[in-house]
Amino acid sequence: MSKNLSALFCGVVFGLGVCVSQMINPQKVLDFFDMFGAWDGSLAWVMIGALAVTGVTTRLIVQRTKPVFEPNFHLPTASCIDKPLLVGAALFGTGWGLSGLCPGPAISALSLGIPQVYVFIAAMLAGMWLFKILKVG
Amino acid sequence: MTSPLFSQVFKNMENFTPYSALIGGVLIGSSAALLLVLNGRIAGISGITREILPPWNNAVTWRLCFLAGLIVAPLLYQLFGGHIVVQLNNPSLWLMAVSGLLVGYGTSLGSGCTSGHSVCGLARLSARSFAATLTFMFTAVLTVYIARHVIHLGV
Repeated sequence: MSKNLSALFCGVVFGLGVCVSQMINPQKVLDFFDMFGAWDGSLAWVMIGALAVTGVTTRLIVQRTKPVFEPNFHLPTASCIDKPLLVGAALFGTGWGLSGLCPGPAISALSLGIPQVYVFIAAMLAGMWLFKILKVG
Repeated sequence: MTSPLFSQVFKNMENFTPYSALIGGVLIGSSAALLLVLNGRIAGISGITREILPPWNNAVTWRLCFLAGLIVAPLLYQLFGGHIVVQLNNPSLWLMAVSGLLVGYGTSLGSGCTSGHSVCGLARLSARSFAATLTFMFTAVLTVYIARHVIHLGV
């Protein structure tokens, strides 16, 4: 129960960050990527703000023997920079550059009643599901 | 008096919002730090979303709670007087479908999106996340360059 409530709270805080920073606005995101046009560098500050917090806290947190509501930490173990990582990141970057939507802001925007966001999310879920069934099969 | 170089680099100065971006970033970082210390989990939105899809082999409930929080946040923000703008210059549903498919499949193959790789992974000094962040930022810049200035897609 506690871990579900804490997850809900973390989701709300993340979503508020997406709204306050305006990352929820695809136009703002595309203007950030438009380095050879009308560049708007604002979103670099989102990364600076987020990393200022996680950069300091992550090291301290993982020194704990366990998290507060779970018996152990669930951290990624892969360390090799392989082809799937780079190809996947390149596909993601291409998709992000076409719409200005990445998963967090797009999911938050679901509550705003925008048809384009519904189509984006449906297609994103289809892409994820396709990957899962191809991997199993 | 502004120099030509200054106005060249800061063409879009009227839209520059560093303070709200910084505060928003601190909120996003705080969410990731809290999820790690409380639940021992990485706040990677694409991974959290993928694991609620079948076939299920991991816990689903906390992930649904996190996503529910993400979805209600804009409503809370508006309730407390916040103003949200969502602007899509090219509203084509086909464009959204292609973009969504690439984002969904790409983040799955590449083990993460902006949150997992750039907010959490870089903080853990992960070489994989560093490589992934460089790759998706570079391809996003390239895509916007081609879409806006070469094929004039109207995005």
